[in-house]
Amino acid sequence: MEYILIFIAAVFVNNIVLSQFLGICPFLGVSKKVETAGGMSAAVTFVLTIATIVTYLVQKYVLDAFGLAFMQTITFILIIAALVQMLEIILKKVSPALYQALGVYLPLITTNCCVLGVAILVIQKDYNLLQAVVFAISTALGFSLALTIFAGIREQLSMTHIPEGMKGTPIALITAGLLAMAFMGFSGIV
Amino acid sequence: MNNIKILLNGIIKENPIFVLLLGMCPTLGTTSSAINGMGMGLATTFVLMCTNMAISALKNLIPNAVRIPAYVVIIATFVTPLQMFIEAFLPSLYQSLGLFIPLIVVNCIVLGRAEAFAGKNGVIPSGFDGVGTGLGFTLALTLLGATRELLGTGKVFDLALMPEQYGALIFVLAPGAFIALGFLIAIINKVRKVS
Amino acid sequence: MEKLKSTLPNMFLSLMITCAASGVILAGANLYTAGPIALSKAAALEKAIKAVTPEFDNNPLEDAYMAVTSDGDSLLIYPATKDGRQVGVAVDSYTKNGFSGEIKVIVGFDTEGTLINYSVLQHSETPGLGSKMEEWFRTEKNNQSVIGRPLSNGNLSVAKDGGDVDAITASTITSRAFLNAINRAYSAYKGTDSTTGATINKGGNDE
Repeated sequence: MEYILIFIAAVFVNNIVLSQFLGICPFLGVSKKVETAGGMSAAVTFVLTIATIVTYLVQKYVLDAFGLAFMQTITFILIIAALVQMLEIILKKVSPALYQALGVYLPLITTNCCVLGVAILVIQKDYNLLQAVVFAISTALGFSLALTIFAGIREQLSMTHIPEGMKGTPIALITAGLLAMAFMGFSGIV
Repeated sequence: MNNIKILLNGIIKENPIFVLLLGMCPTLGTTSSAINGMGMGLATTFVLMCTNMAISALKNLIPNAVRIPAYVVIIATFVTPLQMFIEAFLPSLYQSLGLFIPLIVVNCIVLGRAEAFAGKNGVIPSGFDGVGTGLGFTLALTLLGATRELLGTGKVFDLALMPEQYGALIFVLAPGAFIALGFLIAIINKVRKVS
Repeated sequence: MEKLKSTLPNMFLSLMITCAASGVILAGANLYTAGPIALSKAAALEKAIKAVTPEFDNNPLEDAYMAVTSDGDSLLIYPATKDGRQVGVAVDSYTKNGFSGEIKVIVGFDTEGTLINYSVLQHSETPGLGSKMEEWFRTEKNNQSVIGRPLSNGNLSVAKDGGDVDAITASTITSRAFLNAINRAYSAYKGTDSTTGATINKGGNDE
C-alpha cells in the first residue's frame, strides 16, 4: 500500500515536471515529436533508476559512514556523470540497437536536474532502499507521461494557426501551464 | 569599455532566460514571489562569477578531454559552501529555495558560460561575463516573480499594490509559472521585433 | 603557459588535484558553518517554543523528552518550568493527513491543557488556501480561533465533523489535518502529565 501511494504521488500528484519544476529543459527541448520524446523518456528512466540506487548506497555506506555529508552534491553529480558515460560505453558494446535509440539523449542527461534532484530528494525524505527505487521509477514514469502527452499536443499545435509573437516557446509554455492545471486535479487524492 | 559591453551583453542582448531559454527549472520553481526570485538570481550570479573566474584562471591546467568533469567539480565547489552559508545565515531563504540551491550545479547557464566564455577568455572579462549573465538571470527571475506575485496576491515584494481578493491564485501555483513566463517571453519577442 | 595535453597522466593528475582541492575547500566551509547552522536551527526552535509557552526559566531544549500519543506514535515534548515548577509544555507535533504532505506544528499548552499558542513550522499546503492556517486559527472571528481552548474537554474538530471549530474556507482537509496535529500533541502531553506521573519516558535531546 505504502509503495502504491509513493507511486501515485510521484506520477500524478507531485509530477516532477509539472509541479516540482525539475527536468524542464528536456521537457521543452525534445518534445517536438512523440518519437524523440519516447527515446528521451526511456533514457531518463534508465539513468534515473540506476543513478538513484548508486547514489543512495554511496550516501549510506560512504558519505554517512565517514561523516562526509557535505560532499553530497559534488559526489552525486560526479557519480551521475560517470554513470552516464559508462552506460554509453556498455550500451554501445552490448546492445547496438538500444544505443542507436538512446545514444543521442544520454549525454544530455548529465545536466538534467531531475536526476540529481531525485537523488537528493530520496536522501532528504529518508526513504529506505526499496522506497527509493519505487520513488525513482515512479518519478521517471511521471516524467515520461508528462513528456509524451506534451509532445502529442505540440505535434497538433504545429499545424494550427498561432499569433506571430506566441510562436515557439511562448505557446509551448502556456500549453505546459494548461497541462499543469489539469494535473492539479490530482492533488489531494493521496 | 569592453568589459562593460560584456556585462550588458549578458543582461540584455543574450539574456539567459528571455533570449537563450536556459536554466528553466529554477526560473519556474523559485519565482512564486519577487523576493525568492531575486534571492535565487543573486545566488546564481555569485556562483557564475566565481566559477567563470576560477575556470578561466585554471583553463591551461585542465586537459581538453576531461574539461567537463573538471568544470562540474569546480562549480560544485562553489555551490556547496554557498548552500552552507545560506543555511547558516539566511535560514528563511534556505527554506523557500530548498532543493534548488544544490541544483545550481546542473543549471545549464553555469556550465554553458564556462564552456562558451570562461574556457577561452581571460580572468577579468570572464568575471564580467559571469556577473552580466547572472544579473540578466536575476532580472528575469525578479520580473517573473514580481509578475506572479502581483497577479496572484496583489503584492510585489510584500508591498500591497491592489486588494488581495483581485489576485488570481493560480499564478502563485505551478500552472501560473508556465503561463506567466510564456506571456512574458511573447511580449519580449514582440518588443524585440518592433525595435 | 602552454595548455596541458590530453595525455593519460595529465588528465588523471589534473582531475585528482581539482577533486582534492575542492574536498579541502568544502571541508573548510563545513567546519566554519557547522556551528552557525546548528545555532540558527536551535535559535529558531527556541523562538518557536517561547512563542507558544508561558514565560519559563529552564532550557526546554535540554529537558526535552519523547512521549507516546494515543495512536501509538511518539512526539518530542519541551517542558517549560519556572522556579522549578512546570508552567506548560511545547509539543513538536506533526500530521501526515495534510492536503499535500506533512504539516509540522509546534503547540503550547498550560498545565490545565489549555492551548496557549501554536506555530506552523513546515507545510506544503496550497498557497493562499491551506497555507492560511498560520493566521486562520488565531483570528478572533466566529469560531475560527483555537487559542485558549481547553483540550481536556476532548478533541477539537471542524464543524463539518460535528466539532465547533470553523474550517478554513475551501480547505477542510487542511483544517482537519491541522486539528489532528493539535489533538495528537495534546494526547502526547496528557500521557506524560507530571501531575499524574504517567509514562514519563526520558529520552536524549537529539535535536
